[in-house]
Amino acid sequence: MSGLLEIRDASKSFGGVQAVTRVSLEAQKGEILSVIGPNGAGKTTVLNMISGFYHPDSGRISLEGRDVTELAPSRIAELGVARTFQNIALFRGMTVLDNLMLGRHVHMKTGVLSACAYWGLAQKEEVVHRRRVEDIIDFLRIQDLRRRPTGSLPYGLQKRVELGRALALDPKVLLLDEPMGGCNHEEKEDMARFILDVNEEWGVTVILIEHDMGVVMDISDRVAVLDMGQKIAEGTPDEVRANPRVIKAYLGETKAVPSTGGSRV
Amino acid sequence: MIHRECGVLKTTYEADMGLYPLPIAKWTVAALGVLFVVVIPLSLHEYYLSVANLVWIAVIGALGLNILVGYTGQVSIGHGAFMSVGAYTAANLANRLGSPWPVNLLAGGLMAALIGAIVGIPSLRIKGLYLAIATLAGQLIIEWTINHVTFISGGVQASIEVARPRLGPMVLSSQRDMYYFLLVFVVLGIAGTMNLMRTRVGRAFIAIRDHDIAAEIIGINIFRYKLLAFAISSFYAGVTGVLYTYFLGIANYEQFQIGVSIDYLAMIIIGGLGSVLGSIFGAIFVTLLPIVIRYAMEAFGGIFFAPQTVLNLIPNLRLMLFGALIIFFLIVEPEGLNRLWRNIRSYFRVWPFAY
Repeated sequence: MSGLLEIRDASKSFGGVQAVTRVSLEAQKGEILSVIGPNGAGKTTVLNMISGFYHPDSGRISLEGRDVTELAPSRIAELGVARTFQNIALFRGMTVLDNLMLGRHVHMKTGVLSACAYWGLAQKEEVVHRRRVEDIIDFLRIQDLRRRPTGSLPYGLQKRVELGRALALDPKVLLLDEPMGGCNHEEKEDMARFILDVNEEWGVTVILIEHDMGVVMDISDRVAVLDMGQKIAEGTPDEVRANPRVIKAYLGETKAVPSTGGSRV
Repeated sequence: MIHRECGVLKTTYEADMGLYPLPIAKWTVAALGVLFVVVIPLSLHEYYLSVANLVWIAVIGALGLNILVGYTGQVSIGHGAFMSVGAYTAANLANRLGSPWPVNLLAGGLMAALIGAIVGIPSLRIKGLYLAIATLAGQLIIEWTINHVTFISGGVQASIEVARPRLGPMVLSSQRDMYYFLLVFVVLGIAGTMNLMRTRVGRAFIAIRDHDIAAEIIGINIFRYKLLAFAISSFYAGVTGVLYTYFLGIANYEQFQIGVSIDYLAMIIIGGLGSVLGSIFGAIFVTLLPIVIRYAMEAFGGIFFAPQTVLNLIPNLRLMLFGALIIFFLIVEPEGLNRLWRNIRSYFRVWPFAY
């Protein structure tokens, strides 16, 4: 069985820096695949290649068997790949509602003329998609924030709204770049619960980059480990945890097990 | 001002997404309608109506520029030239083919949209100041072309006379006729912009302004939408140029030089970037400012200066005040007159309480 999203032998260098070297990853439909690794391992570069910001120097990326290696980010979003960013990329001046409605962009069709006329087609479409957005608002429990500009929200809630915007795309694959970075314990628990629910109830395939090992080991179906731009291990959380190369990458030469401390959800 | 939001409950998404969520807004709109449709045109002298007409024309142009600069975040110093494209397209059509004004208006707008989209192509690669210079180049090239290609400009003076617009058997000759004529387009322009900005396309524009990378990641084709913003904005500019031509009865490139581009930028900065109401306030303010200054100087200038000095001062004072005001707004209230209005409104919204 081939994966929903396949990366085969992708390499990317910036000037003289080899950021990613012949990395292959495969996300099966409906799983949570975590990508971990020390800082600078190339995790975000891999995500950026999937979402089309970078095109790999060599190698191939395919979604549902279709080659998407050279597509622009907006095309890849249309094909059903949504993502969040490490350092929140919301539209800060706009309300939560507008941010989520923007997530519906690829599913809407209103053109300039019908938009200017509004009453009729455009209004009908707005209402249909507003319904979907309200589902997401309920799911994320941000009903009271609808009309708030996202720039004024606390950090943890911004992360949540950004997840909501990605969900509004009704994605097949959801790429999450450190969704819990900088969050407190409670926010991490909420976020982990949302990710699990999205995965289980909506069947969304999740690719997760996260530094909190407790969360990663708890919610992932499989974990891939990158170090120095190369994949050094892949498997179930237990396999990865016991892998000596992983231990070495994280802790150097030692017999200790990589931290399972931090928060356990 | 006595209205309360509590108790205004909505049961449908249609109502929640309405342009005027509060019941009082309907009354306000009705009152404004009476003011602008009945009171002003029937009570004011022809001269004041001609001033009002200038304001209406400016409102449409400012709305267009605000779509591009305020909402999409792409600078343009070429809007004067886009207006001239509309003006000369309409004037040539009217004189060569004798086509009626609705055709000329649409053609002028579409031609300006096309040229505007072409001038906007560099916006894919460059932003901010660099884009400003690129559009400035567009302005100068268009100005030169119109001035030097006699096929477009129609001869030495680069001006083409245009007959008054007709509605059936009626010729719109007086300022009052023009007032109603222009008012229709102002209403269409305002409604069009407001609707555009609360639906898919307008949201995409704002998304590009706020965070272009995030806009791309949710599936917005940045290049297409930037060009679309240039095209829509230039369409408004073209229509403005056509209306101005019909208003003056002549198309003349001197009416659309770089100073005009700057004036319109000033309107939206003073009025408020990214706001429909701001465009209207700015257009009113910038159009009326020189007229108010002239009256004020004629009335009170004699107290301080010799009569001849007063006459010399009037045109210069306009420029000086203009510059000072732009600086004032950039520093004190970057969000413009629209923000001042909102501050006043939110004060009264909860009056007599503080919050």
